[in-house]
Amino acid sequence: MTQHSSNNVILVDLSETIAKRWHWQINVSINAQLSECYVECDRNNLLELCRWLIYDMEYDFASLIVEETAEDWLLRYIFYGEPAIEQVQLCMRLNKTEKAVPSISRIIHAADWHEREARDLFGLVFEGHPRLVNIVLHEEWPEEVHPLRKDFDATKPYPHRQVDPSWRPHSFVQAPGAFMMPIGPVYADVAESALFLLESVGEDVIRTTPRFFYKFRGVEKIAEGQPIDRVLLLAERFSGTSAFAHSLAFCQAVETICQVEVPPRAKALRVVFAELERFRHHLAAIAGICNSTALAVATSQAGILEEEALRLSCSLTGHRYLFGLNIPGGVSVDLSHRQCEAFSYGVQALFHKLERLFDMLCYSSSFLDRLEEVGMVSKEQARSYGLVGPIARASGIARDLRKVLPYAAYAEVSFEVPSEDEGDGYARLRVLFREAEQSMKILRGLLPALPEGEATAPHVVVKPGGALGWAEAPRGVTSHWVRIDEEGRVARYHLTTPSFTNWHGFHLAAEDFAYQDFPIIMATFGLSNAECDR
Amino acid sequence: MWKWVWEGLRTGIVTTAYPAREETASGVSPGFPAGLPRNFAASEQAEAVVSCCPSGALGREDGQVSFHEQRCIHCYRCLRQLTPPLEWHRQGNYEWAVPPHPGTEREKKFGKSFRRSLHLRVIDAGACGACLSEIEQLNKPYYNMHRLGFFLTPTPRDADVLLVAGPVTDHMRLALLKAYEAMPAPKGVLALGTCAISGGIFGSSFASLGGVSGLIPVDILVPGCPPPPLAILHALLSIVGRVQPNMGATAASPQGGKRHD
Repeated sequence: MTQHSSNNVILVDLSETIAKRWHWQINVSINAQLSECYVECDRNNLLELCRWLIYDMEYDFASLIVEETAEDWLLRYIFYGEPAIEQVQLCMRLNKTEKAVPSISRIIHAADWHEREARDLFGLVFEGHPRLVNIVLHEEWPEEVHPLRKDFDATKPYPHRQVDPSWRPHSFVQAPGAFMMPIGPVYADVAESALFLLESVGEDVIRTTPRFFYKFRGVEKIAEGQPIDRVLLLAERFSGTSAFAHSLAFCQAVETICQVEVPPRAKALRVVFAELERFRHHLAAIAGICNSTALAVATSQAGILEEEALRLSCSLTGHRYLFGLNIPGGVSVDLSHRQCEAFSYGVQALFHKLERLFDMLCYSSSFLDRLEEVGMVSKEQARSYGLVGPIARASGIARDLRKVLPYAAYAEVSFEVPSEDEGDGYARLRVLFREAEQSMKILRGLLPALPEGEATAPHVVVKPGGALGWAEAPRGVTSHWVRIDEEGRVARYHLTTPSFTNWHGFHLAAEDFAYQDFPIIMATFGLSNAECDR
Repeated sequence: MWKWVWEGLRTGIVTTAYPAREETASGVSPGFPAGLPRNFAASEQAEAVVSCCPSGALGREDGQVSFHEQRCIHCYRCLRQLTPPLEWHRQGNYEWAVPPHPGTEREKKFGKSFRRSLHLRVIDAGACGACLSEIEQLNKPYYNMHRLGFFLTPTPRDADVLLVAGPVTDHMRLALLKAYEAMPAPKGVLALGTCAISGGIFGSSFASLGGVSGLIPVDILVPGCPPPPLAILHALLSIVGRVQPNMGATAASPQGGKRHD
């Protein structure tokens, strides 16, 4: 309760500061329950507000959400506070005839990809953007066709444009002997589709230009006009390896709109499943790192642990990747006392094996040589790119939404947010391991003491409105913006995913290292293209 | 180094005995619904069953409720949001691979020489990551497909079979086509998961083609969202003729997922 009232004080202070600074010419409102502060801005004060939030108040940019209404464009810029516990939303309404929007990318580098995405999907032109080229849409898309516009027909294929066969990607490195090595979109053994253009003059990669959205399934567009329970399936299945976290963020957005009170047992169970997913994901990520360094026994050992975690998930919830658990108002599966005991024991046993493996890895010099001081991301870089999740925490930014903006039952759970300062591959491995340890501890603490009661709210009445739902997915912050119309159907669904945010900063780590480090750097990032491309 | 060797030996063998014996460990398969209501499709109960299914896996056929494995996305709504719930059959339920046109005699594409040496190239055509993760499990100790002569290869030029996962996004269309064209004959294609079979929850839209068969010929379908590793193993074994594919559960068959009775 004290935390809640101190939140209020911060929010009221913040709103007054903003209003005063802009001479009471600006509309500021707060929502204490959601720890949100809304600022209505226009094209004249947007840049100034952003600059003030970023440089004076040390806020971090999280997302840009564009909505198209009958008359306006509604642009919503979301910022998170570093130490404080609130988020700020800058809302800007523009007449629909205007396509030009001032770009904030020169002030906030993290907004770069978000603005490029909005350009592709809506056709907005961000004036002053350093490099406003396509990101989502590939070369076959005709000019002036923007799939998220309301008048775009999502059911039919779009008219393809003939691609000039002599087209080559732009190379930045101009030097004698410079060459470009394309990797992808089909490469390695079981790699997700993406194209990496590596430019080099010899051994070291000088410039990395990744190209994503090969897996663009248009989730945000096909969700439009669909009922909630259908969009829930999309939220769950667009990124199968972090399905629970994403469905949780979506359900929380819906619950905020429909003002559903989630029972305490459901909140606790959500923490349980979310931590199980994090634990399993981190095991898989550690297995990926071992595999990238060609340490065969360690890869096998980590693979055994991953499969055991998958089997544990399946035995408890029915599904190996925790599909079909979240529903608006709670979770569809309850755990019996005996299941909780088996679960708690199973996770602990898995963690002991992981601990043993990790100890051995820390004494394998051939392994450490490949990770230490490889794929460096400094704290300044991480902040400038707005990196999230274990990658940011390995570069000294110990932010975790579970602590900063607690959702589900996280406010009642005690845990640590591990962080490291080095920002190299080894730091990322250590963060993954220590986060898995924290997940195990959360599960061990929570499972014997689940609150009694129902696992779902009795009745959910769908209401119109818009809200943001967020969660700390295994790879970092995810936020889902959901707008429900009068008929109870989804009018706008926007996903900000940790992989999208973090791939933006990937080139920082991959540049100035040798070619053979590239797969290792990729494995230590452990990102998902399905999550990025949507 | 010796520490790792010792660690490997200490762990022993964890690999499944499948296909020699059925795998009975719990948690290897998400299973499928079973025990469909036997009364006529017009009844209230049947109506409730059919309308709770968001993917059209539970439908009506010949006046009865039928189940199509190829459309099921494991949302468990018929188990958890339906009263009375359908039974769900998990134990030993993973032999799901089915040819796209069952009933007709399949041409024998891969001869004897492929039986214990088949090279696979995985194409991610918009998969959510779970299908790919399950393929990766095949390469790890619990399933270890090497022991059966299946190998992943980095290039389609060396591949006998393409494992395609995902609804085939428009942006991956050309890449998939080029990979298919680069393969030497005989070429096999395996559609992995509900998305690759029919587009699954993503369907066919401006961004995805809604399944692999719209672009290249498919030899075998593996239902599931995602198909568990054993189901993929079953598909690989049946493509080289070492086990029988699941001929009972066809798209037109009304008795659906009842096979392991």
